[in-house]
This record gives sequence, C-alpha cells and structure tokens, in this order.
Amino acid sequence: MIHRIEIANHKKDSRAHALQSRLKEEGILTDDVAVVDTYLIEKEFSTKELVKIASALTNPILQRAVIDNFIAPKEFNFALEIGFLPGVTDNVGSTAKQIVEDLLKVSFGNDEGVYTSQVYFFKGALTREDVEKVGKLKANELIQRVTIKDFAAFQKDSGMGKAVPRVKLIDVKTITVNLNVSDEELVRIGKEGVKGVEGRRGPLALDLASLHAIRDYFKKEKRSPSDVELESLAQTWSEHCKHTIFANKMDRLEEGLYKGLIKRATNDIRAQKGKEDFCVSVFTDNAGGIVFDDDWVITDKAETHNSPSALDPFGGAVTGIVGVNRDALGFGMGAKPVINRYGFCFADPHKPNDLYRAKEKKNPSLPPRKIMDGVIEGVNAGGNRSGIPTPQGFMIFDDRYRGKPLVFVGTVGLIPRELAGKPSWKKGARPGDKIVMTGGRVGQDGIHGATFSSEAMDTGSPATAVQIGDPITQKKLSDAIVKEARDQGLYNSITDNGAGGLSCSVAEMARECGGCFVELDKVPLKYPSLEPWKIWISESQERMTLAVPPAKVDAFISLMARRGVEAAVIGEFRDNGRCTVTYKGYKVMDIDLAFLHDGAPGKNLRSLYHKPKRSDPDVAAPENLNDTLTSMLGRLNIAGQEFLSMQYDHEVQAGSVIKPLQGKGRVNGEATVVRPLLTSERAAVLSQGLHPGYSDIDTYWMAAASIDTAIRNAIAVGGNLDHMALMDNFCWCSSDEAQRLGELKSAVQACYDYATQYGTPFISGKDSMFNDFKGYDADGKPIKVSVPPTLLISSLSVIPDANKCVTLDPKVAGDLVYVLGATRKELGGSEYYVMQGVLGNTVPHVNAQRAQVLYRSLFQATQKELIASCMSVNLGGLGVALAKMVIAGELGLDIDLRAVSKEGIARDDHLLFSETQSRFIVTINLSKKELFEVLFGRDASLIGTVTSEPKLRITGLQGNPIVDIEIAALGDSYRKTFRSY
Amino acid sequence: MQPKVLVLTGYGINCEEETAFAFERAGAKSEIIHVNDLIDGVRKMATYQILAIPGGFSYGDDTGSGNAMANRIKNNVEDQVLRFVQMNKLVIGICNGFQVLTNLGLVPALDGKVGERQAALDRNDSARYTDRWVWLRRASNKCVWTRGIELLHTPIAHGEGKFTVSDENLKKLQANDQIAWQYVHEDGSPAAGEWPFNPNGARADIAGVCDPTGRVLGMMPHPERFMHVTNEDGWTLKKELARRAKKSLPSEGEGMKVFRNAVEYFK
Repeated sequence: MIHRIEIANHKKDSRAHALQSRLKEEGILTDDVAVVDTYLIEKEFSTKELVKIASALTNPILQRAVIDNFIAPKEFNFALEIGFLPGVTDNVGSTAKQIVEDLLKVSFGNDEGVYTSQVYFFKGALTREDVEKVGKLKANELIQRVTIKDFAAFQKDSGMGKAVPRVKLIDVKTITVNLNVSDEELVRIGKEGVKGVEGRRGPLALDLASLHAIRDYFKKEKRSPSDVELESLAQTWSEHCKHTIFANKMDRLEEGLYKGLIKRATNDIRAQKGKEDFCVSVFTDNAGGIVFDDDWVITDKAETHNSPSALDPFGGAVTGIVGVNRDALGFGMGAKPVINRYGFCFADPHKPNDLYRAKEKKNPSLPPRKIMDGVIEGVNAGGNRSGIPTPQGFMIFDDRYRGKPLVFVGTVGLIPRELAGKPSWKKGARPGDKIVMTGGRVGQDGIHGATFSSEAMDTGSPATAVQIGDPITQKKLSDAIVKEARDQGLYNSITDNGAGGLSCSVAEMARECGGCFVELDKVPLKYPSLEPWKIWISESQERMTLAVPPAKVDAFISLMARRGVEAAVIGEFRDNGRCTVTYKGYKVMDIDLAFLHDGAPGKNLRSLYHKPKRSDPDVAAPENLNDTLTSMLGRLNIAGQEFLSMQYDHEVQAGSVIKPLQGKGRVNGEATVVRPLLTSERAAVLSQGLHPGYSDIDTYWMAAASIDTAIRNAIAVGGNLDHMALMDNFCWCSSDEAQRLGELKSAVQACYDYATQYGTPFISGKDSMFNDFKGYDADGKPIKVSVPPTLLISSLSVIPDANKCVTLDPKVAGDLVYVLGATRKELGGSEYYVMQGVLGNTVPHVNAQRAQVLYRSLFQATQKELIASCMSVNLGGLGVALAKMVIAGELGLDIDLRAVSKEGIARDDHLLFSETQSRFIVTINLSKKELFEVLFGRDASLIGTVTSEPKLRITGLQGNPIVDIEIAALGDSYRKTFRSY
Repeated sequence: MQPKVLVLTGYGINCEEETAFAFERAGAKSEIIHVNDLIDGVRKMATYQILAIPGGFSYGDDTGSGNAMANRIKNNVEDQVLRFVQMNKLVIGICNGFQVLTNLGLVPALDGKVGERQAALDRNDSARYTDRWVWLRRASNKCVWTRGIELLHTPIAHGEGKFTVSDENLKKLQANDQIAWQYVHEDGSPAAGEWPFNPNGARADIAGVCDPTGRVLGMMPHPERFMHVTNEDGWTLKKELARRAKKSLPSEGEGMKVFRNAVEYFK
C-alpha cells in the first residue's frame, strides 16, 4: 500500500517567490506559483498512524498537511512534479523514514520506503512548452523525474499519482570475460565495457596494452578473468587512480613528471631546510600534512569533480566537497576537517548551451548558468551541512569550460601529532585485522566514476556515474571516527572510499599487510540483488574502510551503532599476497596483489611543445580611463562575488579571522585566515592561484604566475613564506596529444623551479587529464571543446599570531600609499587585453629571487604591525587593485603614477592594467614611514595618500588627471555583474 | 557553584565544540553528550544545570529545520526535558538549537503551555542560506542570558531563520517581555524589516525569544562565534583605529558575555 502525504505552507513559500523571479529572468511570466512538498510512503499504516506521521512531518505554525489526498491552489494552469529516479539518494525521504521508525517504533523492510517530491503549481498565460522549460530548469533528467499535468488532468486524476521510484533489479550472476579475442574486440571492451546480458556495461578505460597484460596474466593463471576482476583492474589501473601520465617516463625524464619534478622539488626543499623542515607526511596518504605547532599537524588536500559536475552539477559538487572531507578523515588515523576550499571554472553564464552529445541537437549539454547554479548549490549543501567553514574560494570564467566545468574542492584537517604515544600519521592494516566498511550503504550510484573521469566526455557518458551526497550520514560518520573511535584506539588503519569504491580502498590497504579476503555478500546494500561487480566498484558516498583488530570489532561496531552509523565486517586482511573476493561462497576474484597494483604496462610518453609565434598588439590607448576602469571592474573574472561568499558558512567552528569579504564595502579578498584551534593564537592562511588565461601563450609562465599568486596572496594578509606549503591540481585536456603533454611538462618544470626557489614544498596534488567534450554543435557538426590548460596552486601557511593579520581596505585618511615591486609591460593574456579581444604575447614572468626578499620583508612588516592595509595585485593590475581598495575602505585614494617603479612602460593604461606578478599595494600610518622605508628600501615606492573624499583620483605619467571617479560608481560596477544571482 | 553544562550533539549538530568551549571559558564545566546517550540512559539530564542545544544541521534540516531532532527528543526523552525546564536551570538553543526549542515548544511557551508549538523559524525571505554579521539589541529585561548587554555584534548563518508568529502571540510576547533580541542598525535603531539589518524577514525584527521565566533562550545568531577579538567582522579596522588612539582591543569577543551571564546566574 502506498500512502501520499502532501504538505503546503499557509502563506506563499519563499521558494515559490524565488522561482517566480527566476522564471521572470528566463522570460516566463506567471501570475502565481505555489509549492507543495510530498512524501510517498510505501508501507502499511492505519489512518491513526498516518495522522501521527503527518503531524510529525508538519510544522502547524507554517504548514498544513493532507493524507492520501492532494493540496492544490483553487486556480492554476499547470502542475509540475519533480521527484527522484529510482536509486537516487533521497535525503529527505531517508530522514522522514527515520522519523516514522522512531515515532511508531517500527522498521521498514527492503521493499518499503519513503520517497519525496515537490509539486509546483503555475497560474498564468503559460503553455505546456513553458512548463517543460521550467522542468528542464529545475530538474536534471539524469537523476530526477518530471511529471506535468494541466488543470483538467490533475482534477481528473485527483492529483499527481502514487508511483514510487523503487529500484527493481534482476539477479545477474558473475560472468567470465573471454580476452582471447581480436585486438579490435579488446579495444571495444576497453572503451565500451564488458558485455553482459543487459548490454555493454560502460567504459573500462583500459587501452590495448593494458588488456594484453591482463590477458597474458590470466593465460598464466589458466583461466579467463571474471567481470569482477576485470572491473577491479580497470579501476585500479585507471588514470584517475594511478595517474599514469604523471607516473610514466616522459621523453628522457625517466622518473616521469611526478617523481622527477613534483616530488623531487619537495625532497630537495626538505633536504635544504634541514632542521627547519616542517613537512610531516607528504604524498603518501589521502592528504598531505605539515607541522601546525608542537602538538598538532595540519593537513591539506584538493580534488576535482569535473566530469560528474558536467552531468549533474549539484550532485557532482556536493559529492566533491564531502568526498574531499573524507581525505582529511583518511589522513593518518583520521584528521578532523576544519576548513574547506573551493574553486569553480565556468563558461559565461549569460550564454546558452550550444553543445550536444548526439547529432540533430539531441542529448544537449547543460547550459552554463544551470551548471553554475547547481555547482554553487552543491558546495553550499555539502559544506554548510557538514559544519566545516568554507571561506576560501574563487570563480573564474572562460567559454572553453562549457563542455566540462572545473570544480575544485579542498579540505584542511587538524590532527594531534601523537595518539597514545604514537605518531598519528602512521597507520597500517595487520594480517588478521577485520575489514570494516562503515557509513553509507552501497547502491549502483557512481558506477565507473574512476574510469569515466579518465575519458573525454562523449555520447556514451554513463548516467550511473552521477551520485548525490548525503552530508549528514557523513557528518555522523566523521564525528564518530575523529571525536571518539580514533582516540579510543579502535582501529589500525583507515582510508576513504572514493574513486573505485571498495575495489580501490581495500586493495590499497591490503598493500599495508600483503593481502585481503572480502565477502561481498556481507556489504550492506541500498537495495537487494546488486551484482557483485557493482558492489565491488560502486562509488556510493560517505563510506570509510577500516582495519579493525578482531578484539576491537564489537566495541567499534557498537560505538558506531550508538551514533546512528552502520558498520559491517566484510572480510579480513591477510599476508598471502592475494586479493581474494567471494560472493555467497563463490570465488569471484582471486589475483596476485602485486599484479593488481603494479601489473599495468609502463609507457614512454612523448611530448613536444611548439610555442606559436605571437606579438603584442597595437591597440590605441583609451581616451577615457574612468570608463575603462569601470568596465574592467564589471568583468566576470574581477567582479564581486558576494552572493557566493555569503552563502557558504565561513564562521562555523568559531575560528574565522580574515573572511572572504573585506572592509565596509565587502570586497572579495584573495586569501582567508582561520584559527583552527580555539586555545591558540596560531592561524592558517589559505589562498589559491591560477592563470589559465596565460596558458595559450606559455604554460611555463602560467605555472610560475600561479605559484607566485598563491604565495603572494597569502603574504598579503600576513602569511609566512618560511612556513608555507603548496598543492598542485592540474586540469589538462587531450593528454594523448604530444603538444598538450609538452605544455604540461613545461608547466611541471616551472612547478619544480619555483617551488624550490621559494622553498615552498608540494605536500599533495591531483590531476585530471582529459577535460574535453566531444560531441556536436547545433548544426550537427562534430566539435571538441577542451579546457585551457589549468593549474590550480593552493597555498597553506601557518602563522604564529592571528592578531597580526591585515585586510585590504585602507583604514585612515592621511595614510601613505605605496606600491611594493616594480611594474613591467606584461599584458599578454591579461584581463585588459582580453577585454579588447586580443591575446598578446608578453605574459608575466616571475623573478622569485627578487620576490622572496620582498615577501620576507612584508612578513616582517606585518609582524611589527607597520601595515594598515595590504592588497595583492592580481587580475586587472594596479588599476583594479586601487579601485577594489577604495570600494572596500570607503575612503578615497589620491595616486600619482609617475612615482610607480616601472620598467619599459610609457603608457598610462599599460601601467594601470599590466599583470606583472609579485606586487602589492599597501597603506601605512605616516608615523611608520621611516621604519617602513628602511625595511623595504627600493622595493617600495610612495605613490599617494588615502583621502576622506570618496573618490579615486589618479594622475598619469604626463602629470595630467587620468582617473577621477566616485567610489559609488566603481562599487556599482563591481557589484552589478552578479547582483541578481 | 560551578554549573555543569550538557552540550547536546548528534545527527548533524555541528557547533558543539565551540559552544562547549565558550561555557568552559566562562567558568562552567561542559560535557558534549550525544542525544543517543540520553536516550539510552547512559547520561541523565538531571545532573546538569545548563542545557545547550548548539547550532548545526540536525538531520540536514530535512522535513523542516529542527523538526526531526525535536521529534527524536519528544519521542524518547520528553519527560526529562520538561522536568529540566521546570527547575531553576538554564537552557539555550542557538540557531538550529533555537529551531529545535521552538519545535519542542520550550520557547516561547506562552500561557504556561510548555511543549506546544507557538512560533516557527521559516525559510529566509531570500530563500537562501546566508552568513553575515548583524547587530542585535537586547529587548527583554527578564532574560537571564542577555543581562547587561545593550548591543551585540554577532554572525548569523542560516537558511531558515525567519521568526514567524501569529498577531495574537506577538502581542503576548511583547506584553510578557519575552522578546530577547531584535535585529537593529549599528546605531541601535530598529532594523524595521530592512535587509540586510534584518537578514531573514523575521517578524518584528525578532532574533531571539525567551520563555516566561527568562531562563530558556532561543536565538538565531551565534554568540559563540565571537569569542575572540579577531572573529569580528571589521576587526582590523577597529584595531587600527584603537592603535592610533594608543589603545588596544580586549582579546575576548563580546559574544562571551552571553555565556558569562549563564555562569554568573549560579554564583
């Protein structure tokens, strides 16, 4: 029996108001919109019980409910219902189920459940096509179902109906796969997947050489592989998990890019620092860790979730952020997540979609705005619900991100240096330890996530690769682990279930002791009859795998149960060198652990970097720089993102020091600061740097500028170059092309060169190498859209005293304004050139030897409290930096460009908008002038004063006024781009 | 006496550590207790003097913020809670905790109807989760928690904070002096519904209400997020101005006053 409870607000819901205005933006005019929440309950209940249930789900002050009936406005033209597809995580449904179980002390069986949906009612002169458009806007057909009824049909059917999205599976047995077939067929298996009775099962992303290696291995074993074995190898050998492009030999670099350059940089820096080395655990674990103070280690990790976010922006982003939280939980014995980071690369949200996954405008990509809204909302849901502050982030735009957006998410963690007298970052499963899976259950969500993200996105991209996160299940898990189980010493090792699910987490931990034995039928499932291969590789969220000594299993499972978290023993760690998996007593996998991890054939990658010859354009100087500056402030990459910063909780855990918005005028800063330990004045400074706009000219300098930016931004708020670590996230494209690999190698070389010069070690990193979209344009012509080579550098600095931090807003009229660092004519790839439709050639270079002297002086100056405000000069150069400062401080600036230290610049516009790296603008109290100038020497040039008149005035190189504009006008331009978001 | 504080946690409550820390710093003894440990009888409410329901996202706000946690408490330990509030003890619910208290009917509890839902925290007018600093003015003379505070700068961070109440109950709240906090401008003048000073559209600018005894307080803003001088929005400007005046800022944030009031009550 299925019951339907409908709940509606007495007054118009603010969701209805919000939808109505959003539709107006889309040109769909409505007279009225109403929203009704529904619960479909599949279980037998008496009327009396249903009344109790309805009452527990309703707030009578705001709402009313009906049972097995419908609520609808008296007049409406269309009703639109949005619910989930079978198997998609329904968090509200699951909470409602828990409420009912607790209220009536009953439990739901396997084929019983609670499913939610929303019904929207529209009144007005709209057509069914309009309502279908609303459905497309609100829902994602990959995870949601949309039903539309007009008034008559709704009345005739007495509402929207009672169809529940229960998963129905047929029991499919494990099959063996014959690899003794033609190379052609092998390629097909690699690309389209194993052929089951249900059809091809989706990409394995195994190339021919890998399939040959697997075939040869099983020849020696004298049998064919099972589907479980093949899928497992595909996961473990995937680009996503093994990072083959960074691991393999490239040209003459024997050790490959990772060992030969990235890791080598860290090793060289650590050796050079000697006793001052602050690295604790780098590259070996789920996250990297450095010293926070004598008692604590601080960890950091950044991930990307690009491919899932292209298909389901909300689900992709929410699973991205809660997924990277688990990298903190999986560091050592488990670090507590204390700060989140994010970064989004989108296409212009004002433009419509022009990409299709099939010909004849079929299977369209999502429009840029929908991707943007969904991703933002996903990190909102994940970060806020997890109680982790999310202060640090950015959003940048380039139309080449329209096929695949880039969604960066990161988490900083904190863990005591020692637990029960042992180093907290060391762990290891022991033979005989039980394999325990805890947290969420396994469903068919996230099948082939790892292999799918290792491929370019095309027609065959699988829908089951998408998943919705359940942050509360993870929060319960996280609290129980890092606040209780860890300190009770209940386990020997822990790792996250991310890409590849159990197949990767268990096999990875099995290396610690030399083998594992898993019984897949012991794994808790979301619904019965899931096939063994799916259980093994599913990427269902919110799960950790632990090695629990037999004597502690009961204590562990009982603790988890008391915290509302499910935990199950699914096998045992061994030392026989095998990875053995059974299902209902039958062996479905039994392979050599060494082959599983190291059997993938190595490659010798060839790269080639042909740099196109470009020149700097000859664009006339604008006549009115007031207008130019105002336009620059409104650009997507420069404009204020207050709506975004404000919807992410950056105060929770009570350690907020420098917030994402600074000054009375609320300007987005480039770095944030958090005091993660309430008992300490020490603080963590976080920033990020990326310059994909420079990649078209030179990826070496793109990477150098990204590193300099991440460091410089942190220094500006009070960061310390001598206690700072970096992370690299490469998001590349077409990494099977020599030219792209050449661009990559050059960027990685810059990472080595600049990290070692600055003495800032890489502690963790990740790469995503195929951010390409392959499909069709509106005319049905094949099209490939590749992201510009993008490198995100994240910085983490530990400082001794939060009270010494500095913001970017000028504070007192009469203060002196200085520029630190010289400006060169470096406009190639700059916002200024791009605004004029040109690229140019002279991309900013970085002189790290000179810059590090400046950075150390600035740290000294902030420690001595000489600085009243400090701005890191970024996109848009001095002009934009000065404008943001006046907007933030609501005080004027009077600036003379003739005093700016410069090299090879003769034009005002070039001086204002050049993006030369390693520069700051600072304001200081007049009384600190002498101390300040002694400290900085020739690096500082005095260029003006802070004024009480609310204007930005700039005198040009000829001594004439070139900018004279009210702060309000600048502020308006800075804020208007995203005002309605 | 040094009061013992029961700081509730579980199912997505997430401000328990800083809330416990605030009470400790104010001189109380805090214990973070999982709601299931109360239900299982591992811990008893009777041994504590203060109950704090911290902020967070209990049950992810599913079925309405605070609703599922209120159900969990009501279905299992309602007696203990009702006994607790009837004794000379203190209760505070912050943000999600306020939503739980309201759903449990512990505030405003007008006309002696403890346990009846009389008000609600609806979705913000913006229909979006919002984190920003606001100014509050103490409006009640009877509330124990707000004593001696005139204006308080604190952050809000919520998606459902719009205080909603009937005309009749609003009058009673005013008549009984149960409006603890109201959103105001920085100079203390009423926000009068104006965004962003009133950040969610709350009726009569109400940011917090207490029960008729003044011992039970529910509030949307987070005083525990202002324990340290560097927490405050705009502290770098304040610091610079103070330095020019040859002064220094106190290192403790003003939000601590709320927790100190509670400890003071038991002296």
